[in-house]
Amino acid sequence: MDIETFIGEFAEQFDEISTESFGPETQFKENDEWSSMTALSIIAMVDQNYAVRLTGDDIRNSTTIQHIYDIVASRVA
Amino acid sequence: MINPFSLNGKNILVTGASSGIGKQIALSAAQMGAAIHITGRDEARLNGTLEALTGAGHSSKIADLTIEEHLDQLVANSPKLDGLVLSSGIVKTLPFKFVTNTELDTIMQANFYAPVMLLNKLVRNKKLNKNSSVVFISSIGGNFIGTKGNSMYSAAKGAINAMQKVIALELVAQKIRVNNVSPGMVKTELIGKATAFTDEQFMADEKNYPLGYGEPADVANAVIYLLSDASKWVTGISLLLDGGFTLQ
Repeated sequence: MDIETFIGEFAEQFDEISTESFGPETQFKENDEWSSMTALSIIAMVDQNYAVRLTGDDIRNSTTIQHIYDIVASRVA
Repeated sequence: MINPFSLNGKNILVTGASSGIGKQIALSAAQMGAAIHITGRDEARLNGTLEALTGAGHSSKIADLTIEEHLDQLVANSPKLDGLVLSSGIVKTLPFKFVTNTELDTIMQANFYAPVMLLNKLVRNKKLNKNSSVVFISSIGGNFIGTKGNSMYSAAKGAINAMQKVIALELVAQKIRVNNVSPGMVKTELIGKATAFTDEQFMADEKNYPLGYGEPADVANAVIYLLSDASKWVTGISLLLDGGFTLQ
């Protein structure tokens, strides 16, 4: 897996805000759209695309997209 | 004094009895005097339930109710029943846009087809005695409320409540009663493992319940009422168990 693709997949879960500036260090909860629903969508996207099960705590304990990427990369088969 | 809630002398089949709500129903119904026949997929945990049952006459059988041969074997080996509790089920949290045919099929097979077809085969094979009672474990989800990420589970539970209305009417001729309990959030291992909620989110969510989250015993006690002769005038109902959640 690579971080550029992952950022694109991550950004797809947002419908309202502009995600053009999204990068590894983007603090993904610091915007007007982030909600429990976005969190569910990130978890579902990771499950679907990488067969990795993120938990609510994984999301809670992460601040940047890079954090989530690192968790997924560490668990991907 | 006669206890109208007694289950003395009744043979009761409980599915999903290896853990959670199903396990508690088996334990509580045994305490009320019933001979309990339990089924589930996990042999070690199902044996754990069997060993914890008080009283006599109990049995257990490993079965995956989504497999037709298992259903048929379970029905063939079942004694004549006075009660049936359909408590097996799985959960999967998925936003609607991520739902696929495969995911939906898995949830519907386990939560709708399996319980309904077990009941169908028991009726077909005349395994339910006159004056017996059938209880589906349904949910407030799909029937009284919706929760984000829960569309597939809600569909299965809504389907159960809809189909139950007709089943209940049709089985009146055999004096078989068919009801369900529809609980809100109950503290079980299933919920802890299978959802995307954090502990903080659970604690915040529980505040939405005037009486807090339910415990498996709260569901089991309602099921005992529906299994017992105390409810002999009750059929086709959905007994809401939600600590006041849907009042607001």
